[in-house]
Amino acid sequence: MTAPATHSAAPAARRLPLPAFVDGTLLTLIAAAVILWFAPSGMGRYGTYVLSLWLVMSVAVMGLNLTLGYAGLKSLAQAAFMGIGAYATALLTSKVGLNWYASFAISGLLTFAVGLVLGFPALRVKAHYLAFVTLAFSTLIWLVLRNEQWLTGGVFGLSNIPRPSFFGLKLDGALPFHRFVVVVTFLLAVVLWWMIRSPWGRAFTALRENPIRAASLGIDTRMYTLLAFAIGSAYAGFAGALYAPLVEFIDPSPFSLSQSFFLLLMVVAGGAGYLLGPFIGALLGVVLPEWLRFAGSLYLIIFAAIVMLLLIACPQGMSGLLERGWAKLTGKKEGAR
Amino acid sequence: MNQVLEVSNLHKAFGGIKAVNGVSFKVNEGEILGIIGPNGCGKSTLFNCILGQLEPTEGAVKLDGRDVTNMRPSELNRLGVSRTFQLLQVFPELSVRENLILAGQEHEGSMLSRFFGPRDAGLSAKAEQMIGFFKLGHLAEAKAGGLSYGQQKLLDAAMAFMAGPRLVLLDEPAGGVNLTMLGDLKERLRAINAEQGATFVVIEHNMDFVMSLCSRVIVLAEGKVLAEGTPAEVRANPAVIEAYLGH
Amino acid sequence: MAEFLAYLIAGIATGAIYALAAIGFTLVWQTSQTINFAQGEFVMLPAVLVLLAIKLFGAPIWLGALIGIAAFILIFGVGFKLTIVDPMIRHGVLPLAIATMALSIIMKEGAKDGFSAEAQKFPSFVPTETISVFGAAISLQHVAIIAVAFGVIGLLQWFVGGTRLGRQMQATAQNPTVARILGIPVERMVLLTFVINAALAVVASVLISPIYLAKFSNGEVIGLFAFIAAIVGGFNQVRGALVGGLIVGIVDSMAAAYISTSYRLAVPLVLLVVIILVKPEGLMGRKEERRV
Repeated sequence: MTAPATHSAAPAARRLPLPAFVDGTLLTLIAAAVILWFAPSGMGRYGTYVLSLWLVMSVAVMGLNLTLGYAGLKSLAQAAFMGIGAYATALLTSKVGLNWYASFAISGLLTFAVGLVLGFPALRVKAHYLAFVTLAFSTLIWLVLRNEQWLTGGVFGLSNIPRPSFFGLKLDGALPFHRFVVVVTFLLAVVLWWMIRSPWGRAFTALRENPIRAASLGIDTRMYTLLAFAIGSAYAGFAGALYAPLVEFIDPSPFSLSQSFFLLLMVVAGGAGYLLGPFIGALLGVVLPEWLRFAGSLYLIIFAAIVMLLLIACPQGMSGLLERGWAKLTGKKEGAR
Repeated sequence: MNQVLEVSNLHKAFGGIKAVNGVSFKVNEGEILGIIGPNGCGKSTLFNCILGQLEPTEGAVKLDGRDVTNMRPSELNRLGVSRTFQLLQVFPELSVRENLILAGQEHEGSMLSRFFGPRDAGLSAKAEQMIGFFKLGHLAEAKAGGLSYGQQKLLDAAMAFMAGPRLVLLDEPAGGVNLTMLGDLKERLRAINAEQGATFVVIEHNMDFVMSLCSRVIVLAEGKVLAEGTPAEVRANPAVIEAYLGH
Repeated sequence: MAEFLAYLIAGIATGAIYALAAIGFTLVWQTSQTINFAQGEFVMLPAVLVLLAIKLFGAPIWLGALIGIAAFILIFGVGFKLTIVDPMIRHGVLPLAIATMALSIIMKEGAKDGFSAEAQKFPSFVPTETISVFGAAISLQHVAIIAVAFGVIGLLQWFVGGTRLGRQMQATAQNPTVARILGIPVERMVLLTFVINAALAVVASVLISPIYLAKFSNGEVIGLFAFIAAIVGGFNQVRGALVGGLIVGIVDSMAAAYISTSYRLAVPLVLLVVIILVKPEGLMGRKEERRV
């Protein structure tokens, strides 16, 4: 599956007077963050909640985008990692009384470590075996979440998950917490943006495009693959850490294998390998069901069908479609894909 | 004279088929060694065994006296061994410059510096140098996939040299390249051999190319070394002539 | 001891069913690089379609079965290949694998919404009494399942090894490029493997649904076990999938009997991880050459 070059050559025509490290993607992120900061005015609690949920899911999809879109690995455990992050944060903040920031960090570190442990043996074999190992892991996590009632509350879950405060400022309300989510999501997106632009990103691309050639150039394919998987999983952990205080009550159901499939579909629908793709994919996965409320659970079928058609027509997802459209509009003639 | 590469009694069998059947040779520093032989004689398999792409069934490979027999390709590359591929393997979506930076980045700094440091890993200047050396100047920003076959071959070669390797293995570098490009390629290879002092091992079918570029030639047939010597010696060897039925 | 025998037979029975699913999965993967993540749903759906046909057309069981089975093989054998696999295979393995995930969601939700969210009884084609063997209560149903499943597998083996068409298909599965060079109509062979996969799924569905009831969510566990069976056994076609399936079935049955029921699922999972670590090519598979 091809994606655009991670480093865009500056077009000779239009060159804005900006410092070299700023590019279109970063500008879009900044602009979007500003818009989203003010967006909920007049939206009411539920609308604001949906926006926040969209952003939180985007974080999980961003991580999976790194794993799938850049390193080419099918991880079927993204929702499980999100669950680990969510339950870790929930337990640490509500039962242990630890502040959210430390819990957030621990959630990320924990999922990163688990990702390393899980990925290491699986990658010594064929890369696509990771799919089945993560499938097994997903099921295992779900079993633990459901059975170990003393820890996770079993099917009854954990409730009264507190929301963080910011230097004494309480963020319990929908709007303040939404703004908090915007900031955290923005920061996480910028970290990923930086990573993709760095030599790491170049190595990830090489890994996906041609692992044999990459290895012959000294790229430690095993290490980079593991890194992509572990970081991707850590992002799921971060997403979970945001999800728990957002919904204030968690049970195992949002972290099932089906949800992992769903996250994969979101990555693909948005456009795997595009930095902004996850936001589009999560939009389709989170906001679309809200619009399709009347259809009930049919929205899943509709979403899956959309993804399939998208894959046939344009495997680069919505981002690919937008890119094609933009190219047609501006009359640019890019090299053949 | 320094022995950069030593291959001892290498065997590689696929099930019952012995692709490489006891090959031994040495390569001295700065040499350009050619490996020729009729189709199916085991040249590519030999290469892949040396480079860690395949595990030999028996035998050893030593780099500067150090046993590297079962090392993975990426580790070997970081020890200073690089290669070109018979079937073109540049990264089509990246620009020519990006391809070159990629080829060198793992040899600069550390994982941390590759994350926090500059985007080009400090290799822009070196990349420019390579682009100039291999005469790809006007194509620096072009997507590698859009280059002509011959240009991609030059890029492939340039990538092999980005990290200043000690030993370069070239797998059919002349394959599919037109005559003018061929002359350029040969001349560039000789120049970089003189300049960097790297040692070359070249697999080729194109007799003229091999004979005019290499200082020493090994002939393989049916997985074994048939003859060894200077191009002239090998050319005159009756066993070689028979194995090849002319060139 | 008597109980052990009963559990063993049960394990072999379900194992044989998982083997059927695993064989189809492996065949399709090998001939066309299609990793069918919907394989579990492939085993779930035929039973649902049969029940639906009976309900919709008020048909007697045998007719409903025929309609349901024919519809399934047509849609998910031929249709699957032509409308999903063919257009997508040119984009690569990854998009196709994702497409099968989408398909599995559609099949599952479709069954839930189109038929029923509850488990439904599925008629058994064999008697359900138990007989006494060495003091153990052995279900005749299990015995019948073993007989039918092994019969189908035997038929498949004969087909693959003993007929020209079968050997061509096997050649395609082992090396499509070489097969094409040899003049084998690869496209048609690939289509054949999809049809065979659908047919095997149908048999598996009809055998397993009387025991576990027809429910839209069955595919999750069956799919998981099919994948585990294929990997544990190794991609050595029929033999590998059969060995893998039986092992998974027996391990699962023993786990349910002797280990806590809430973690019953964990045991085959652990088996999968162990095999991937220790013998990644599977018990019957051939070792792959290290590439990178």
